[in-house]
Amino acid sequence: MQQQQQQLRVNNLSLERSGRQILSDINFALKEGEALLLRGDNGVGKTSLLMSIAGYLHINSGEIEWEIKRDTKREEGEEWGEEEENLLIKNLHFIGHQQAIKPHLTLEENLLFWCQLYGGEEKWVQEALIRVGLANAISYQAALLSAGQSKRLSLARLLVANRPIWLLDEPSSALDKNGDKLVADLIDEHLDGGGIAIIATHLNIELKNKKRIKTLMLKAI
Amino acid sequence: MRVFLAIIKRDIKLAAHSIGDMLTLILFFIMVGVLVPIAIGPDKEFLANIAPGIMWIAAFLSSLLALDRIFRPDHEDGSLLAMRHSAISFELIIFAKLIAHWISAILPLILATPMMALMLNMDMRNFINSVISLIVGTPALIAFGAVGAAITVSLKRGGLIAPVLILPLSLPILIFGVSSIKINVGAGTQEAALLILAAISLIAVSLTPFATALALRLTQE
Repeated sequence: MQQQQQQLRVNNLSLERSGRQILSDINFALKEGEALLLRGDNGVGKTSLLMSIAGYLHINSGEIEWEIKRDTKREEGEEWGEEEENLLIKNLHFIGHQQAIKPHLTLEENLLFWCQLYGGEEKWVQEALIRVGLANAISYQAALLSAGQSKRLSLARLLVANRPIWLLDEPSSALDKNGDKLVADLIDEHLDGGGIAIIATHLNIELKNKKRIKTLMLKAI
Repeated sequence: MRVFLAIIKRDIKLAAHSIGDMLTLILFFIMVGVLVPIAIGPDKEFLANIAPGIMWIAAFLSSLLALDRIFRPDHEDGSLLAMRHSAISFELIIFAKLIAHWISAILPLILATPMMALMLNMDMRNFINSVISLIVGTPALIAFGAVGAAITVSLKRGGLIAPVLILPLSLPILIFGVSSIKINVGAGTQEAALLILAAISLIAVSLTPFATALALRLTQE
């Protein structure tokens, strides 16, 4: 096991898309075990902020810093160099509206692929599917899933590889009551384990420890 | 390496599920071979002479047809974005996808060449040469095609733009591809053409994953 201390900081971030200023002067810092709720009306840039942290969008100014102090023994057979491993983009999960599910593959095949790609252990696939409540559908083709079940399958991606930072865009959309609770539980466990989460949502997510939840209200510019 | 193979396996599996696409490709390839003899008349000698050119044109056009399948499905369901967080580098992922695409879109064409050879009145030596030439040259076609496909992936109807973009890049492949089949030219010309074709392929395959990754990072913003 590894001891780690980490911090995610965003300083003075501003973002333009197609010539329109979307975000300006965004500042926050999250330590391990803390979550940030992004709130605001439709179109104020919640998804854009998540996407720029994920590295999909090029930010116009400001910094996104992720610090990690590791006290680890390197395991044998690690294939990539330290520099690569410490990149933010290799240490986060992004679950957005697009679910990255292939309808022709079974649930297990879908998830196993992401597990392998993200460097997780294959036995976690079964556990993850059970955890998100899709245990009885493991060998179904993903085309048969309802919207809510698809969402659950994409959430299962969070569980097949350990990543310290979770970026969740409307994680509980299309989910039922139990699904809402599942999302809250998953986030709680992630924070308990020293993770960081940033969640864009309109709904209330009932997390256990209110103290470690920060809220950022985005306003239209 | 395990991750690399997982990507190839997944892409081939997905291609196998849309067997209709693969058949269309093969039929199109053979169709060119059927049309040309009908169009130019029953001169067997002449036909055998231009057969190498027809073979390459057919392969070239069919590979253009398949271009859109390299990235578009993964772009549309968000898989391509999610792949950026993979444990291996994005360039390597693209390299794996190119190999999978070659196996699922070009290999079937090469397997269909005996039918082409029959219709174009090729002799045995010409036929073997053309198979070798296609095997050596098509990786370059795919590699250049991938750059075009990456640039146009976010356009709704990019289907026809990519071929036009990569046309100039593909001309050397056609020129050396055809001259590496013809046996009744000067001594050593055919071998030299094959070597140059191999060189083009190696350079293209080793460099274009970087260009493709860059293009995808930019177009997906």
